[in-house]
Formats: sequence, C-alpha cells, structure tokens
Amino acid sequence: MSVMGEIQRNSTHAGDDLGVLRFITAGSVDDGKSTLIGRLLHDTKTILEDQLAAVKRASRRRGHEEIDLSLLTDGLEAEREQGITIDVAYRYFATPRRKFIIADTPGHEQYTRNMVTGASTADVAIILIDARKGVLTQTRRHTCIAHLLGVRHIVVAINKMDLVDHAQPVFDRIRADFLALAGGLGIPDLRFIPMSALRGDMVVERGLVAREQRLDWYAGETLLQVLEGINIADESDALPARFPVQLVVRPGTSTDFRGYAGRLESGVLRVGEEVVALPSGRRTTIKEIALLDRQLPLAVAGDSVTLVLADEIDLSRGDVIATAATPPRAARSIDARICWLAAEAPNAAGRFVLKHTSRSVRARLARINDRIDINSFERQPTPAALAMNDIAHATLNLAKPIFVDPYASNRITGAFILIDEATNQTVAAGMIEA
Amino acid sequence: MNAQLAPSPVTGTAPPALPLRSHLDWLESEAIHILREVAGECANPVLLFSGGKDSTVLLRLAEKAFRPGRFPFPLLHIDTGHNFDEVIAFRDARAAELGERLLVRLVEDSMGRGTVRPHKETDSRNAAQSVTLLEAIEEFGFDAAIGGARRDEEKARAKERVFSFRDEFGQWDPKNQRPELWNLYNTRVHKGEHMRVFPISNWTELDVWQYIEREGIAVPSIYFSHRRPVIRRSGLLVPVTRLTPPDEGETVEEMAVRFRTVGDISCTCPVESTAATTAEIIAETVLTTVTERGATRMDDQTSDASMERRKKEGYF
Repeated sequence: MSVMGEIQRNSTHAGDDLGVLRFITAGSVDDGKSTLIGRLLHDTKTILEDQLAAVKRASRRRGHEEIDLSLLTDGLEAEREQGITIDVAYRYFATPRRKFIIADTPGHEQYTRNMVTGASTADVAIILIDARKGVLTQTRRHTCIAHLLGVRHIVVAINKMDLVDHAQPVFDRIRADFLALAGGLGIPDLRFIPMSALRGDMVVERGLVAREQRLDWYAGETLLQVLEGINIADESDALPARFPVQLVVRPGTSTDFRGYAGRLESGVLRVGEEVVALPSGRRTTIKEIALLDRQLPLAVAGDSVTLVLADEIDLSRGDVIATAATPPRAARSIDARICWLAAEAPNAAGRFVLKHTSRSVRARLARINDRIDINSFERQPTPAALAMNDIAHATLNLAKPIFVDPYASNRITGAFILIDEATNQTVAAGMIEA
Repeated sequence: MNAQLAPSPVTGTAPPALPLRSHLDWLESEAIHILREVAGECANPVLLFSGGKDSTVLLRLAEKAFRPGRFPFPLLHIDTGHNFDEVIAFRDARAAELGERLLVRLVEDSMGRGTVRPHKETDSRNAAQSVTLLEAIEEFGFDAAIGGARRDEEKARAKERVFSFRDEFGQWDPKNQRPELWNLYNTRVHKGEHMRVFPISNWTELDVWQYIEREGIAVPSIYFSHRRPVIRRSGLLVPVTRLTPPDEGETVEEMAVRFRTVGDISCTCPVESTAATTAEIIAETVLTTVTERGATRMDDQTSDASMERRKKEGYF
C-alpha cells in the first residue's frame, strides 16, 4: 500500500502542499543515473505492478538476474536498442508534501543541448558522481551548465558509496574537489549526500546502511528529504512583477469587459497596485484580478490570471504589465549567452525570429564574441561558426524592442529562443546578460 | 491559486505570508498558459474533445483561460462509432452547455471513403482514429490540435513535447523533436504541417482526479461504480458488448466496476470498483497497483513499443 498516497489524499486541500518542484538529474548511465531515478520512483511507490513486471521481463531478456531499475526510464525503441538515453524524458512522482517533475537528460557531451533544455525549467540539479571515480570532466560540465541556466539549488549525489566501503574520507575528498571547481561559481545552495541508489541508501529511505551503522558519520538528510524541503516560492515572489500579455479578452458587444490574459511570471500583483504598461509607458492601477468566476485580491509568481486595469490602455499580445517603480529594460540590442541547439550552423544572413515571453521579433546575430569551453568554463577565441552544443557570447540586434531583465535575476524575462524561419527549427537558447 | 492568505507569521513586523500554490494550482496555471499560447500564435486551432475525463478537464481549463470570451477554437471529436452511449450523451450535453461549437468526424466515413479498411467489424478502431483525425485536420486546415494526453500514460509519451510537431503526413519523429526550453514554445509550422498540443502533459491520473474533485467537474457516469456484465480474459475484465460478446465456454459475471479510461468499446476494460464519488476514485487511484493503460487497454499490451509506433503514424 502506498504510504505517500494516503497522506497526499489528506493534504489535497490542506496548506502543507508545497506545490511542484522540478529537478534535473545529470550524470551518465555509468554513474547510476537511471538507477537513481528508478530508485526514487520505486521507493515513493510510483511504479505500479504492470510497469514493474515489464521491467522484470526486460531485465531477464538482457540476462540480468536482479530487476534493473534503470530500465524503467528507457523510453524510445532506439534507446532500448542502444541502451542509452537520447532525449529529455519527464518523470513524475509525488509525496505527501510535493509533486516532483524529473527532467531525465543524457549526460554525454554531445547532448549538452538536452541538458540545457532540461535545466531551463529546473529548480534543482542533482549532479551524480561515482564515488570510485570522483570529480570528472563531466561533473564540471554538468555543474557549469546547471549554473549557467540559473539553477540555484545543486545537490551533489555521491553515489556507489557501498563500493568504497562507505568511507568518509572518500566522501570528504570528493566534496573538497567539487568545492575547488565550483566554489567560485557562486552557487547559492550546494549540498552533498553520500548514497547508494542501487541499494536504496539515502535516496528515499536511509536504507540498509542505517541498520548496518555504516554511514553514521553522515547525519544529514536523505535526497528526498532535501528535495521536499527546498523553498522556491520566495525566489520569484520577491522579484518585481512581470506580466507578459498573452491575449486580450474582449467578449464583444454585450459587455465592455476588457481583460488582459497572461501569467504573472515573477513578483506579486495586488488589486489597487500601480503598474506600468509597456511599450506605452503609461501608468495605471490594477482594478481586478480574475480567474473565471473568482475575484482574487492578489496574484503570485506563476499564476495564470486575467487582469483588468483602471484606465483604458491599448495593450496587445507581447506587451508587458510591470511593477511601476522597477520596470524591465526596453532593449533593441542584447548581449546574451546562447547555446546553439541545431545541427546546422547559423544561416548566412544570421537572421532569426526571437521569441521572448509572449513576444516574437525579428533578430540579427550581429556578433559572436567568444565561445565558452563547457568543460572548463573558460572563454575561448571566437569560433568561425557555431556548432551544435556550443555556448557563446553573442550580440543580437532586434527589429522591435523586447522588455528584458538580466537572466541572472529573472529566468523568464531574461530568456529567449531563436527560430530559423526557413526551417522553423528552434536553433538556439539565449540568456540575456545586458 | 489559493484565495485565502496563509496566517501571518508570529513575528509582528514581517509582512503577511503569501498564499502557497498547491500542485494543482501549479498545473492549472501551466495548462492555462499553454492554451493561451495556442490562441495567441496558431491561426486555426482545434481542441479534441471525446467526452473522456482528460479532455473534459481541458474544457474547464479553457474556460479559465478564455472566459468571459468564447473559446478561440471549435471542439472536435473523432468518433470511432465504438462508443459508450453515456459518453456520447455527455459529450453533446457538455458542448451545448458551454455554447461552443462541436465538430464530429466519423471513422465510419473514412471507411466509406476506403481510407480505413478494418479486417472485421469488431476490430478496435483506435488506430483508425488517426486516419480520420488527419483527414479532419486537412479538411478544416487546422494548424494545431489540442489534446488531453499525459506523459505519465505511457513510456513513449514521456519524451513528447508540449508543442509536438507533425509533418505533412501527420507523423511524429521522436528523434527529431524541437527542443523545448523555459515556457517558450515554438509554434511555427509550414502549410500542411501541424502541432499537437498537450496542456496537461505534466499531470498524472491522480492529478486529474484531484482536479476534477477540487473543481467539481462533471464526468460521464461510467467513470463511477456501476453493475455491468463482464468476462475475465487474460487478467482484464472485458465488458460484454455487441463488439465483445462472450466466447464459447466463457462465463459472464455481473460485477461492480468503473472505467478508468473511456475509449473504443472493443478494447477498453473496466476495473472492479465500488467507488461512487470522485473522492472515492481518488482514494482508489492512490492505492492502485496497476497503471491506467495496463488495467484497461487491450491494445497497449501487444508490445513495449506499440504506442510509439502508433504515434509515429499520427495517433494521438
């Protein structure tokens, strides 16, 4: 019987539901990444009998005696054939306190773009390290990408502790090595957990090691306890309000209702509060915050609502309603870090559609300033052309202004994608620096 | 979103705490955002509404996204002709109640045109739905079809994008999907191509029932416990219908059952249940030991990859 479910049922309408936490797992199959995800799903009773039976059959087909939890996350035929992860997969589990969304991304270098994709929406990154191997080049790469994408909480999972006799010096050395490489990045929340995903130690339960008293030197929380406890709501609520307008709701002639539909991407908006509408720059106050038949006193970051303003202002899709005192910057030119996602190099003209919040504008790649080595995070000379998985500094000129904040302070109004108009492919992800 | 403010912290000087967003608030806001992006960016979208619980939840989300305005798209049902009557009645009543336009296209008509050729009348028409759907998309020139599929339903769906590109043949190419970052959806298609859009990608079966409970959403009666003649066949309870009569030597039992999914009657099975209310369904869902499709779909058990193959060919 599912322990998690019982409490979840009781908490549906209670105040102890902490909402959704999204995290990414970075590491290779060899580090036990798929096993870790399988363990999280299994020990939170997410895996049901028919799924387990299918995995048991697949394990036997591959000649494994024991059930191979890593097979739970093999999605596509090609992946099963090759025994690797190719694309980002999303997994779900829930505990009494929270719903979790895992972005499961492959760890190989050629799949940087997948990790960038998964990290773009992640609140937390779990960086997996094999205790026998310690900090590797890929550890540095994964940490840099997570940090670059603005993931504020990083959990270093030092796995396979059973294979190093649960030795504290091994853990301490890896921790010190990790701090030496990442200490300068300024990661605001960094934690280390010794574990064995295969045995189920310190993932959801403290596991066998607790009975064996072999990890007594680690008094900290299990991975799940850490994930349940991380507070993310305050981060975006504390920012200035940004409400990109998605649609104007005007039901027609029978009523003069005119509402602006969108999602409050950061900050808090209250009825009566002064706001500025961009690009017009006109100031007004919030008259109503509506969600179907409910009138709300306020909206917090993440809420999709419909705003009614006190004054008639001409606003359309792509415009922004923002905190009057601290509006975003209207930018016709931006400096950004971009990650090149496409197999082809940028088109010769360097012309794209840039999508930023609900606004799409034409953009020209004016200059590529330098390339970042994703393994060392050092700047390299400007490449002749961008290749897939490259991360570079670039300057873009825009046909019309967009209303931006630096990505470091706002992960929604600081982000954009580039689309090639000829192919309609999403070719780059961008993070605005200035 | 919680309308009530959480109680103020004991420290007198701190501002009142902001409302916490529950997981349902989060999921709802995300889905509304996605629906509004479809409306803002796609020229001629459609919402696929079957009368099932997932697409019924989509309608509620569309109300939240667009009211007091009208929906910026019609509803479309691809009718296999293999329906539970209760679901069709519910479908029509719900569309009428909302005052939105409901289009129905029939697999029968595709059979008449010869684009669908079933081996026999009782064959499942689940796969044939793809043909009729693609024909409808072409007929109306839809550039986006919104559906209620969820990533937790099936392994092949776990890698599907929220905005999932289909080429001019309606095919899904799992190895060549557009990267999807932040909440920035690339909705662009060339003429003849289209998007499938899944606003409740991140929901689980439990989330759906919890939302139905929280919002007081009506769903077809066959989702709740009722007595029905069934046959036990390879671990499933097969309902006795005109398409699934008992084989010789099989025993028909009348049992208290409910449906976890409502699809083609020739391949959709109920589960034993006494759950008469949404709250009781949630309780059962929490305790269930078998997945929604594992318990109810005969056609997904063929192979690990059967859904992936169907999806590549244009299935939802």
